[in-house]
Amino acid sequence: MTTATATPNPTPNPQAAPAKAARVYKDYGQPLWRRILFTRETAIIGLLALVVIVSLITVKGFSQPVTLGYLLLDIMPILLIALPMTLVMITGEIDLSVASVVGLSSATLGLLNQAGVDIGVAAIICLVVGALGGALNGFLVTVVGLPSLAVTIGTLALYRGLAVGLLGTTAVTDWPKFWTDLAKAKIGGTTIPVVVILFLVLAIVFAVLLHFTPFGRGIYAIGLSSEAASFSGVHVNRTKFILFVLTGTVSALAGIYYTLRFGSARGDNATGLELQVIAAVVLGGVSVFGGRGALHGVIAGVLLIGVLSSALRLVNVTSDVINIITGVLLVLSVVAASFLAWVRKKRIGPGGKKHGGPIAAKA
Amino acid sequence: MLFHNLGKGKTARAGAVAALAVSIALLATGCASDSTGGGSTDAAGGDTGNLAVTFIPKNLGNPYFDTSDKGGKTAVESFSGTFQEVGPAEASPDAQVSYINTATTQGVGALVVAANDPTAICDALNEARDTGIKVVTFDSDTDPECRDLFINQADAEGIAKVQIDEIAKQIGESGEVAILSATANATNQNAWIEQMKTYAASEYPNITIVDTVYGDDDDQTSFDKTAALLQSHPNLKGIVSPTTVGIAAAARYLQTSEYKGKVALTGLGTPNQMRDYVEDGTVTSFALWNPEDLGYLSAMAAKALIEGTITGAEGDSFEAGDLGSFKVGADQTVLLGDPFVFDKSNIGDFDF
Repeated sequence: MTTATATPNPTPNPQAAPAKAARVYKDYGQPLWRRILFTRETAIIGLLALVVIVSLITVKGFSQPVTLGYLLLDIMPILLIALPMTLVMITGEIDLSVASVVGLSSATLGLLNQAGVDIGVAAIICLVVGALGGALNGFLVTVVGLPSLAVTIGTLALYRGLAVGLLGTTAVTDWPKFWTDLAKAKIGGTTIPVVVILFLVLAIVFAVLLHFTPFGRGIYAIGLSSEAASFSGVHVNRTKFILFVLTGTVSALAGIYYTLRFGSARGDNATGLELQVIAAVVLGGVSVFGGRGALHGVIAGVLLIGVLSSALRLVNVTSDVINIITGVLLVLSVVAASFLAWVRKKRIGPGGKKHGGPIAAKA
Repeated sequence: MLFHNLGKGKTARAGAVAALAVSIALLATGCASDSTGGGSTDAAGGDTGNLAVTFIPKNLGNPYFDTSDKGGKTAVESFSGTFQEVGPAEASPDAQVSYINTATTQGVGALVVAANDPTAICDALNEARDTGIKVVTFDSDTDPECRDLFINQADAEGIAKVQIDEIAKQIGESGEVAILSATANATNQNAWIEQMKTYAASEYPNITIVDTVYGDDDDQTSFDKTAALLQSHPNLKGIVSPTTVGIAAAARYLQTSEYKGKVALTGLGTPNQMRDYVEDGTVTSFALWNPEDLGYLSAMAAKALIEGTITGAEGDSFEAGDLGSFKVGADQTVLLGDPFVFDKSNIGDFDF
């Protein structure tokens, strides 16, 4: 590897150290514009733009403004949950229980509404329930030290069971009109739902948290090497715990939105949503092994899946075929990344000298 | 410099290849739909000539809805409309919403929906109606304010009548009969049982309904209750089970017991469940509605709504091809008619 040529890290800030340690000389061997342009995130955004353009031209009805409104309403729960999920997955952990938290939050909201509690108060209680659910995940992962995959498979079943147990097979469908209208309200004169504002606020909060704070640098550091991060002064367990609580809370928020949008609280709401969230996050360029990924890529990934299925539905492709196309896209994106890493490794000579690299070209 | 193969540039290039592939796929499907769609999507919603009818069953790959959609397709083809069947793979409450939204964007003439949840799809249906799309529900209704018409497969009176008539025919209009129901608080079954008792008392005075037992719509419980029923009522001549789980479990018990051929069994069942028992003579006949007719009538009602022949108001009447003339009843509901009786002669025609 070319790490031999990497300069020793002179930065005094210990939290940034592990992240920088993984970088190599060639990362700085290119101009900034190229480093920004040639990334996986940019590739996904480009793919999204292309799919949108092709859909606009070839798919009848896609260019209607109403399509955008429906699209955003449909993918909103995935967009919301993908934000904290990105952070969790960059640390190398995973949370499979998110859809069950959506169901639990939905069932809780339904029960409280039935009992005559004001929706505003009930929503706060739901967020607390979500935070507690996330805290249990976080506790089992960080304090007990179990792998998050196993823990959240368990809580996936547990929270879903609680949700269905709370409401049984019934659905709560009698909601104050103000709240159900709010969930579907459009920003004056456009077809863009008001809830997009909520998403944008959260997106900015999470983007700042991940990309512009020491806490965020710590998240990358943990994903690259949990031990190195720990030795550099990153509170590994505290960071992970906070992220699980955030995931639970945002999932509960998505559950409230989900319930009000459809006007129907059921324990089995959003079953299977966790896989759509994780698929979008992975498509957006987050490594399942942790350490790399960025929020703008993930948001583009969610939008890409949403736009694709919306366009394919408009040309009457069945849901099974849509799943196949999404699945193939996902596999291709993962395979492409691994394949390119392999090619890059092949291209580097045994002496660590890169054939045809920028330095060689200059010389 | 410009064309150097930089590491990260490759990722971008792979992305471009993937983008191209997806776009080609999209183009191909887009073009394909253009040629087969018959230009149906050109027509704006609310157009009286827009005979594009989209069926949204509870889920795809369900034999019951395959049968009803087949009837719908026959009807739509008979009036030269465009038939389309879309729907989710899972019958989850909200999954139909995006398909309803898509149909709204496409501007179809009418939607024919079997609702997974009476409320969750309500707003989506009303948005569709706001753009002029006619909405017909069948099999499972939504809240009445979300649709133009509901095609009801059968009413309580008809269901009660057909079961008592069938059992009376099989036991010679006299003797002891018992009822094997679902759960003790099942709304539908209790209403039917009430009607059955009234109807039997007035039409067949020699038939006595001696007992009503509850199998909880559980196969094993229904099986055990059948056994107990036959033990406690040695003179029993017939069993009526107004639930598909109950009738199949009772038939399974009778098939292997000494009562086979001696105790008659009828009720509500599906052909696939009951085929063996009808073919070996354990069960002579049972009833249910015909889903194919249900789909056919729904499509015909959609056509009448699109063309403005009816508005969905009570008392409106319309022609439904082979099925004859139908009248809209209370709550914008159209009744398919008397339940359909399945026996050895016709069971082979059905697969659901």
